Amino acid sequence: MKILSVKNLSRSFGGIKANDNISFEVDEGTILGVIGPNGAGKSTLFDLITGYTKADDGKVEFFDKNIFGLSPDKISNLGVGRTFQKLKPFADQTLLENVMIGSFVKEKNIKKARDKALEIIDFVDLIEKRHHFAKELSTGQRKRLEMARAMAIEPKLLLMDEVTGGVDQRTIPGLVELIKKLKKSGVTIVTIEHNINIIMEISDNVLALDQGKSIAYGSPKEIQQNKQVIDSYLGTFDAA
Amino acid sequence: MDNKLIIAKSEPLWNTNNRVVFLISTLIILLFALPLFGLNSFYLHLFIMIFMHAVMAQSWNVIAGFSGQISLGHGAFFGIGAYATSFFYIEYGISPWVSMPFGILVSGFFAVLIGIPMLRLSGHYFAIATLLIGISFQVVFQRWDLVGAASGLWVPMTPEDSWSALQFHSSKVSYYYIFLVFFIVTFFIVWLLSRSKLGYRLRAVRDDPQAALSLCINVSNYKIIAYVISAMIMAPMGSLFAQYILIIDPDRVFNIEISIIVLLITVLGGIGNVWGPIIGASILIPISEYSRIYLGGTGGAVDLILYGLILMIICIFRPDGLISFVPKDILNRKKQR
Repeated sequence: MKILSVKNLSRSFGGIKANDNISFEVDEGTILGVIGPNGAGKSTLFDLITGYTKADDGKVEFFDKNIFGLSPDKISNLGVGRTFQKLKPFADQTLLENVMIGSFVKEKNIKKARDKALEIIDFVDLIEKRHHFAKELSTGQRKRLEMARAMAIEPKLLLMDEVTGGVDQRTIPGLVELIKKLKKSGVTIVTIEHNINIIMEISDNVLALDQGKSIAYGSPKEIQQNKQVIDSYLGTFDAA
Repeated sequence: MDNKLIIAKSEPLWNTNNRVVFLISTLIILLFALPLFGLNSFYLHLFIMIFMHAVMAQSWNVIAGFSGQISLGHGAFFGIGAYATSFFYIEYGISPWVSMPFGILVSGFFAVLIGIPMLRLSGHYFAIATLLIGISFQVVFQRWDLVGAASGLWVPMTPEDSWSALQFHSSKVSYYYIFLVFFIVTFFIVWLLSRSKLGYRLRAVRDDPQAALSLCINVSNYKIIAYVISAMIMAPMGSLFAQYILIIDPDRVFNIEISIIVLLITVLGGIGNVWGPIIGASILIPISEYSRIYLGGTGGAVDLILYGLILMIICIFRPDGLISFVPKDILNRKKQR
């Protein structure tokens, strides 16, 4: 079943087309990897889907419901969670408080909301850090915090913007495992990722963007062999 | 379920520190007992002013400290509260206890009216807009004949002390207890608010509105809710103050100084913390009152110079306010390492 359907989505900033007529679909329970060089329009695509930026044209359907033009809070309320490329933790609040703000969406009772937040924090392996202020956490831990916070609203679809970006190499395997664990828990994921090996490992489908345009869409294997993707992003070394 | 999660779930929701509970209980008992030790009129007045300003600062703390919107026109709600009780008492003989809730509702209504357009502005723009709104209330009331224009309203004095008219001429003790009860009740309301779902969501709006949106939080609505609650806390202080001095005019109850002093008190004590306004008021109000005694009339504005000096020192050395001197493990939101 299609959980997300994006049709002819476009957005220009001045004369620059950040997203130009982009279309793709995501099946429920799968992971779609979004790749592309810097400035390809990946984060803009997330902002358009989640309502942070208004699209000039196009259509976004979530479970056949048109969410184009809805505000971000309404879209998240329908079950679309997201993380941010530039991390946005509630810095002066503890990890537990950060996640509780999300868990309050479904749980009105404060004790139940706290317990649910603790379960999610445990899921992302940060239970020992629950009383630490967000500003005291490392980048990798803050990435987990954002994932936990987004999971707390019980999303059906989770958009993750560069989960492994900006962290050291030791942290990456843990984050990749976490994405796989998330998928197993039934959440559909769209993830922006620069590391092509990770994308190939976790994705069911890959969307490649370049200069705001969708240049390829298909299985990881197909994408790896796509000439246009090789030329604009992967390079000949990876393709060999 | 692993052990660490079981342990985490078994923790109490709030780290109720016995020392803090003991301290609060003792303080409340002491404050109730204080007039029994024969406090003179000046000290009663001093405590009344501390209680009143602590509540007013607590009101400002809700909008600025919890939801991150700096309002510079909060005096408007103080004035609305003051005029509501005085006007209805003078014109219709309605007890201030009855008209006070009306003043609270009117303040809330104006907060919605002002908040809907203004809270779309952010940062400095919201602060400037509220400053102008605050001043405009003063200007309107100065020219509004129905409410006495610039000369204001003189509340008819009852021949004797009267609880229904909220007038006590023989002693300030009754006023002391009334302000004390409002002070304690407001503290607990704001304390509960800070620990409620609403409190969590307001802090999310303050810390990062973009991230808050991704958690189903309608940022504009929550800012308005905070503004309304804040206004509704401020209004009864205006009502009580009017009954305390029995003469109000636009220069006194809509003065920009009211909006500034609640800001100074909160920043000095610790913005975003329920204790901040209490600490700030306990320090700044005595400075203000003593400077008026020793320097006459308006204190020669020395109190304002002192405020400025203290504020500069706090901003440089203790940006989180004086509350930051209290060790974190004594505060409720402690870290359990």
